[in-house]
Amino acid sequence: MVGGLLMGLIYALVAAGLSLIFGLMDVVNFAHGELLMLAMYATYVIWLVTGLDPLLLLVPVALLLFALGVAIYHLLMARALSVRFNRGMVQIFVTFGLAILLRGAAQFTFGSDFKSVSKSWLSGKTIDLAGVYIPLPQLAAGVVSLFAFALLLLISRTEFGHALEATREDRDAVALIGIDRNRIFAMGWGLGAGAVGIAGVMLATFYYVSPSVGANFALIAYVTVALGGFGSLIGALVAGLLIGQVEALTALLIEPSLKQVGMFAIYLLVLMFRPRGLFGTL
Amino acid sequence: MKETSITRRRRHELIIGAALLLVLAVLPLPIRDVYTRNLIIITVLFAGLAQAWNILGGYCGQISLSHALYFGVGAYVSTLLLTRLAIPPTFGMFAGGALGGLMALLVGWPCFRLSGHYYAIATVVVGEIGYLLFLNWDWVGGATGINIPYVRSVGDSWLWLQFRIDKLPYHYAALAFASVAWLVAWLIEGSRWGFVWRAVKDDPVAARSLAVRIFPSKMAAAAISGALTGIGGAIYAQYVGYIDPDSVMYGQLSILIPLPAVLGGVGTLWGPLVGAAVLIPLSELTRSYLGGSGSGVDLMIYGGLIVVVALARPQGLASLIGVRVRAPAGAVDAAAA
Repeated sequence: MVGGLLMGLIYALVAAGLSLIFGLMDVVNFAHGELLMLAMYATYVIWLVTGLDPLLLLVPVALLLFALGVAIYHLLMARALSVRFNRGMVQIFVTFGLAILLRGAAQFTFGSDFKSVSKSWLSGKTIDLAGVYIPLPQLAAGVVSLFAFALLLLISRTEFGHALEATREDRDAVALIGIDRNRIFAMGWGLGAGAVGIAGVMLATFYYVSPSVGANFALIAYVTVALGGFGSLIGALVAGLLIGQVEALTALLIEPSLKQVGMFAIYLLVLMFRPRGLFGTL
Repeated sequence: MKETSITRRRRHELIIGAALLLVLAVLPLPIRDVYTRNLIIITVLFAGLAQAWNILGGYCGQISLSHALYFGVGAYVSTLLLTRLAIPPTFGMFAGGALGGLMALLVGWPCFRLSGHYYAIATVVVGEIGYLLFLNWDWVGGATGINIPYVRSVGDSWLWLQFRIDKLPYHYAALAFASVAWLVAWLIEGSRWGFVWRAVKDDPVAARSLAVRIFPSKMAAAAISGALTGIGGAIYAQYVGYIDPDSVMYGQLSILIPLPAVLGGVGTLWGPLVGAAVLIPLSELTRSYLGGSGSGVDLMIYGGLIVVVALARPQGLASLIGVRVRAPAGAVDAAAA
């Protein structure tokens, strides 16, 4: 149960990044899992070369991913958003192509075998919490995710957050009050990727890294976002926690290999009654 | 009937289609090379699959990402009928198509209530559930899959869709499949359904106000699209001789099936063909010449190509050879925004 809770927090953080990008510009980023994969590789490589503990890399990797997100927006998405035909499909397949490209690049650079951060301050330790033994990396990941989430919520309360919200509401009208839409969108991509960067660092402390590691987490992120409602941060948090629980319970009560079926079934069930997710308004 | 520009255009399309069919029928004859023949067969098969997807995704505008499920169901049904009940795949593939269509209806029933990205993601999830269930279902072979036996007593035969000595007949099976898919799309373009579906795609609210029944329209498109995809799956199973969830039902297949249609020209008659003709050979060639060592270079090129084509030709590659693509309603406003 506690394991499900902590995993749920990571799911929520990955999903929050996806949700942010979607809410802002109606784009589902099919390369989201690959951003997570890159963050994990970045952590692994810096750890391997410098020996710095992953916990120290939270900020650098988050900034790296932020820059990557901004770059992706300027290089690809700004164009994808301005096409005249089939905009919905173009953005799906541009981000899908990007995912394949990044996966190939990772395979080219690191090979396709599993890598892991084998030694860190956290690894291998457990903590006794009222009789329940919790692995320290997972606990730290959960706590850090919660902090990152709080930070995202805080950002949404600032003037910049209001600019995000305004741009989401009406991307044309904001120009009249001096908001540069392009800059806001780029920041949205940066923040979304940055959130994934933090999740990637924490995940790297207890999860193996491979070029295809993102696919699985991305699928869960899509489910989380759709379950919570596109564009809603609170929705992503609640849905992430819910999905973490359902996964843990299905694995425990029914069959470990079917744990994802459980969460997918819950998601479809909820969509039957709330077609825009739990907290969705879009 | 009085000849109008539309009936003339549609007649021309039929003539071009027939000519193309003839060219494709003789194309592999002078080629002895097994690799090249395989390339042609896979390309033709994917042209048919992309066209099948195009019926739901292009004409009706529902971005379905669960077609791997219908493909896999078709492959499994025809294979199981063969291995368990000794029913020839020539009949089995129609059963596979029927089940594929039924599956598309079952998926459509809950999912068509959703709109936009909620629909797309729900279909991804449904496909993934199917994949996981088949992976854990021992009766259908689970993760080990099923070897399709060669029925020795009959030898190479069209009824049993098994050809060991010469694989060429599979080319004609795939070609027949792609032709049927193309012909269905051609018939839809000229029928009342085609117009209704395009209305559902372009402006569902306006369509509803004109008493278009949206839900049944989507269901009809899904059934046709799913059934054709299932037949394609059955033919593929017989061709490769072995199926498992990772070869006929994996998640990425749900994107690879629509990919030729989207890059070639979605919602057009020739788009899926053009897309498959460009994309499938390119992906196969890069894979065999650059991807052999698992270096990932093939994936980088393939992914980069998808990005470039999607951005540079959002209306599809077919527009390069003069295929007319209609801008959807409101596209001009959206572009100005």
